[in-house]
Amino acid sequence: MAIHRHDNHQSANAFMEWIDRRLPVTKVWNEHLAEYMAAKNLNFWYFFGSLAMLMLVIQILTGIFLTMHYKPDAELAFASVEYIMRDVPFGWLVRYMHSTGASAFFVIVYLHMFRGLIYGSHREPRELVWLIGCVIFVALMAEAFMGYLLPWGNMSYWGAQVIISLFDVIPYFGPILTEWIRGDFVISDATLNRFFAFHVILLPLILVFLVFLHLVALHQVGSNNPDGIDIYEHVDEDGKPLDGVAFHPYYVVKDLVGVCGFLIIYLGIVFFAPDFGGIFLEKDNFAPANPLQTPPDIVPLWYFTPYYSILRANTFNFFWIDAKVWGVVFMGLAIAVFFLLPWLDRSPVKSIRYRSAPFKLALVLFLIAFFVLGYLGMNSPTPARTLLAQVCSIIYFAFFILMPWFTSIGKTKPVPDRVTSDAH
Amino acid sequence: MKLMKNLFVTLLFLSSGSVMAAGGSGAVLDAVPLNMNDKQSLQNGAKLFVNYCLSCHSASYARYNRVAEDLEIPLALLKQNLMFTTEKEGDLMQTTMPVEDAKKWFGVAPPDLSLVSRVRKPNWVYTYLRAFYQDESSPSGWNNSLFENVAMPHALFELQGVQRLMGKMDADELHAMDAHAADAGDQSDAYTVVGDAKFELVHQGMLSPAEFDKAMMDLTAFLVYLAEPVQLKRKAIGVYTLTFLIILMGLCYLLKKEYWRDVH
Amino acid sequence: MTDHHENDQVSNESSLEDAKRRRFLTGITAGFGAVGGAVAVTPFVLSMTPSERAKNAGAPVQYDFSRIENGQMVKVEWRGKPVVLLKRTPEMIAGLEKIEPSLADPTSLDSVQPVYAQNDARADAAKPEMLVMEGICTHLGCSPVEKLAIGPDPEMGEDSQGGFFCPCHGSKFDLSGRVYKNVPATSNMPVPPYKYDGDVITIGEDDGRTA
Repeated sequence: MAIHRHDNHQSANAFMEWIDRRLPVTKVWNEHLAEYMAAKNLNFWYFFGSLAMLMLVIQILTGIFLTMHYKPDAELAFASVEYIMRDVPFGWLVRYMHSTGASAFFVIVYLHMFRGLIYGSHREPRELVWLIGCVIFVALMAEAFMGYLLPWGNMSYWGAQVIISLFDVIPYFGPILTEWIRGDFVISDATLNRFFAFHVILLPLILVFLVFLHLVALHQVGSNNPDGIDIYEHVDEDGKPLDGVAFHPYYVVKDLVGVCGFLIIYLGIVFFAPDFGGIFLEKDNFAPANPLQTPPDIVPLWYFTPYYSILRANTFNFFWIDAKVWGVVFMGLAIAVFFLLPWLDRSPVKSIRYRSAPFKLALVLFLIAFFVLGYLGMNSPTPARTLLAQVCSIIYFAFFILMPWFTSIGKTKPVPDRVTSDAH
Repeated sequence: MKLMKNLFVTLLFLSSGSVMAAGGSGAVLDAVPLNMNDKQSLQNGAKLFVNYCLSCHSASYARYNRVAEDLEIPLALLKQNLMFTTEKEGDLMQTTMPVEDAKKWFGVAPPDLSLVSRVRKPNWVYTYLRAFYQDESSPSGWNNSLFENVAMPHALFELQGVQRLMGKMDADELHAMDAHAADAGDQSDAYTVVGDAKFELVHQGMLSPAEFDKAMMDLTAFLVYLAEPVQLKRKAIGVYTLTFLIILMGLCYLLKKEYWRDVH
Repeated sequence: MTDHHENDQVSNESSLEDAKRRRFLTGITAGFGAVGGAVAVTPFVLSMTPSERAKNAGAPVQYDFSRIENGQMVKVEWRGKPVVLLKRTPEMIAGLEKIEPSLADPTSLDSVQPVYAQNDARADAAKPEMLVMEGICTHLGCSPVEKLAIGPDPEMGEDSQGGFFCPCHGSKFDLSGRVYKNVPATSNMPVPPYKYDGDVITIGEDDGRTA
């Protein structure tokens, strides 16, 4: 054998040896599953990583099957969705899995991000894992936004109209840019066609690539745990962490339980409440796009509503710049600020278990503000609601701006040497 | 886990809030007691739909044979009574009225009704169908207390008869009426209440007021069916799927426990 | 937990038991999961089978022909094609024989039709006066115009017995859809499978009958 690369991965049999010489199957299997060590005390919150991956696969698969019947044409799109719902065998199931899947994906991603926040998964040495995750979040928002135009319902149409118009506020280039994005002076067939291209090809490719990077970066530094401590500080004679277990089989079988639990909730919604009370499928979207009639309340889907609230909340002109411009700026900042989290957090500990009281208080306020903003974004604004949205927007940003301060004050609890675990 | 619970409570709160928002355009609607498993009611609704609605409105995403199959209407009967002779049993339920003519006659083209019960909600449909009244000032001679100045004439007047608007009730009156209806049973003979409007029946049609309400309930049920023909099958499949998943989850849990006995 | 060095014998036996139970549980869970996976795949596979729209487009068409008068013709759409239904008068039937010398394929040997329609009338023997035919010219697929009148016709000729004339390239057919000699088309217009049930004709379905 002219080429001989030695590594420690023993092939299972002659066939695998033949393969392994040419393709590192056993090596990858071992490094990323059978010998990838994770802390033994990962809890409920650690289900959402694998669930997000499952959701990505479900969305891509159902998406492929929808593409077989969907027509990205302003004249045909709405009818083709109803064709899928009625005439295609089991088309309704594929479509509901995809539409419910979009919401389920965001539920999972939000919970996954929250997990990172409470256990300090954004902290050194996992900053890049967090940053790539933030890019995934932004790409996912773009993917969802463009997908929402495709059914060509009246809410699709006006939602896209409103969001694309946001770019109008950019000085000088705004109007040209919005025209370029739409490919027309209004949302039209051209817009639908290009959103289709982005939704089914460009963004899925980007997402899959980013998820790959997210995992590579994670496996470079290892998974965090609810105690926020490094399990490689205590290793046995083979260099294996004493508090670690192999991902396969231990976390594979554990994640299977999580997958079943998730599927019960997800498919429960698909089969029994696919509209989810008008939150997952809005009633105005069962009427075809009508450029002459705006729905009474234009609301984005629930996963955008916190940001939509921040957009609407700003009614002041600062520095002679229009309130509308600031609204867009604040909305952008509300998402961008997540990228700074690893450097805003100055606490000596990572996990919520040992954090100081000021951090816990700030986190609770932030959560309340986030949910209230989300709720307000689903409803039409009144003066009282706008005021509430302004207060919550301030809390939202204060959480990040004041983080270097409140994470460095207060008494943190002592972090244990080894992970705390009891019954599994 | 406490955080989890809080999250779920918040989610629930959010969902109930927007349900209210969805129906809360301020209109007073009568609740329609629907039973989607009542095939007779759905069949009667289908008959009313084809006879009274389909001449102007289409249901252009629905097919005759699917309706027949789902509602257990014999195909021969369907063809004889519900279809035009030139249509195939698998054809879409199109109207015979050309769109241009409709625009000329009504000012607007009658909307397709395939999805009407998902755009408007069932209670709205049920209230709307019963809220037509005679109004000489409107071009069609009819008006609707729920949908002011609607272009559509009262297509069902031969069933309901002709009613006149006596006036609208405010919140206090409605509240008092609800309380009254609870102990006194039915409404008075002098007037009927639909949504927040009081009507007097000037001239009775082929059906009594109670029969007409029942007929409109059937028609609403049919429109709910029509908006999503698969709904009953969907739930049936869902029961099997979830049962399977619960068993699978039990097995996975046992397997997890078995493996995790290694971990101390 | 238990001390593993306490009793090697017991420990070995129990670990053997463990391994067996573990294998059993893994097997049953994997089996159950595989069944679920297979069931989950079916809706996706089925979604690629012909939809209701496709089935309807290809479905047989029924027509109540009792309303067709003698000598009257209607067109019915079947699989996106015009199907001619013509109730021929005795004079029309009589004319079929007269023009046979000027036809390219009078016995329909080189033409497409069910066995029961391979005759002069190109019709089911039960109702020889009824012509059921795809109204599509066998040259390039235009739809020929009916020339039902017997007598001189600018396109069909001086002593026309009635027939069909294709406006695209001038092909001529008789009232059985048989093609004339010396025209662009070379075969008779095709006859689809059909069957009678009382007054109703079903086009596109003949239950595989040969007579």
